[in-house]
Amino acid sequence: MPGFDFSNYNRNAALHARGVPLPKATSTGTTIVGCIYDGGVVIAADTRATSGPIVADKNCEKLHYISSNIWCAGAGTAADTEFTTSLISSQLELHSLSTGRKPRVVTCMTLLKQHLFRYQGHIGAYLVVAGVDPTGTHLFTVHAHGSTDKLPYVTMGSGSLAAMSVFETQWKAHLTQDEAVKLCADAIESGIWNDLGSGSNVDVAIITPEKTILKRNYIKPNERTQKLKSYVFPKGTTAVLNEKIIRKQDIGNFVTIHDLAEEAPAGGDKMEVDT
Amino acid sequence: MSSPFSINGGACVAMVGKDCVAIACDLRLGLQALTVSNNFPKIFQYGDNVFLGLTGLATDVNTVSDLFRWKVNMYRLREERQIAPRTFANLVSSSLYEKRFGPYFVSPVVAGLDPKTGRPFICGFDSIGCIDFAKDFIVSGTASEQLFGMCESLWEPDLDADALFETISQSLLNAVDRDALSGWGAHVYIIEKDKVTKRLLKGRQD
Repeated sequence: MPGFDFSNYNRNAALHARGVPLPKATSTGTTIVGCIYDGGVVIAADTRATSGPIVADKNCEKLHYISSNIWCAGAGTAADTEFTTSLISSQLELHSLSTGRKPRVVTCMTLLKQHLFRYQGHIGAYLVVAGVDPTGTHLFTVHAHGSTDKLPYVTMGSGSLAAMSVFETQWKAHLTQDEAVKLCADAIESGIWNDLGSGSNVDVAIITPEKTILKRNYIKPNERTQKLKSYVFPKGTTAVLNEKIIRKQDIGNFVTIHDLAEEAPAGGDKMEVDT
Repeated sequence: MSSPFSINGGACVAMVGKDCVAIACDLRLGLQALTVSNNFPKIFQYGDNVFLGLTGLATDVNTVSDLFRWKVNMYRLREERQIAPRTFANLVSSSLYEKRFGPYFVSPVVAGLDPKTGRPFICGFDSIGCIDFAKDFIVSGTASEQLFGMCESLWEPDLDADALFETISQSLLNAVDRDALSGWGAHVYIIEKDKVTKRLLKGRQD
């Protein structure tokens, strides 16, 4: 990464020292889970993004692409999960291109933990890393401070306790794909209903050695009902003091645009262009 | 001292309609309770139909709007074409995240029409560049909570340009009337395929 720009840091630190609160970032006060089954791995997430107590986005995407066979679920500071995963995704792509091998999940996990450890927890990304590579099926969690876990089923985010309670009561060894998807979706739903930071829909990704299936909005238990009445105002309700219409065709009144004829170059030969 | 986001006050909202988008802002610039100016627009144009709304700390609104004017000019010179709203949104996101540990105190809103498909595009950001893609509306500023309530109740899918204007105007006007730090008139842009209509609204001056 070229690195961060700290040019506003001193200004903001001085402001903070005078009692100005830090800006509140969009956080994915989230439920994310992952579960290994016989033949692959499933990860799932809810779709609520919050800013303090306000629901900022009712249908955001928390399942991030790393490579075709590795996906990541993110909790914590939304911008950090988004940019950290895309940064590692790009590094992993270049690495796989230069080695001529498919990216491995451990490589991804190691790049993530080393990046996050370097920033000592200031990058607030809490991730579930899942994937299938030539060495097998893998599932990890990565915390913002750089610690990692390797488990058959994992949960993270503010709804992790609600989700883990589902896993701890229902999980068994040698699940089928359908059972694993159902278990993960149930765990997310538990977060949606019982955790205030989680809500809306369930997103699921199923990763197998053959392919990855992303099921965006796999379950939609919170669909908005149609409003019974329309509240459209009649035209002319709002008082307007001034109106200016800018039409594309009118722009020609101020700037003349000529399309240069292909066969008649304006003075001299055409520049040679590599083809 | 209060939050940098609520020193100067201000509100901005963007909405999707049928083959059109709208973006609107109030005009107040204040210093806490003292109003300094009633002509401080917070919407900036970066292409034929790419608009950016910026609320938050006014010094950063100016800095960031100028920064993007420069960045978009450089893009246009390099690429020899106008920037698309989605590209611009990613530029905003990356530029804000670059300052992850010393952010600008702004809450940007992007609105525009895709130059190829003509499809409406809106999105919002937090101060460190996390994009909020929305299919309906985006709000920002000190009146954002009021705007959420207004938009959530007044907005409906597939509004035409005239209905969208009334909806966004009434949402903004009634939201800022319940926010002491926002108001004092408003600008509304209705962006359609072949024209942009900019209107100055009559708002309360108290």
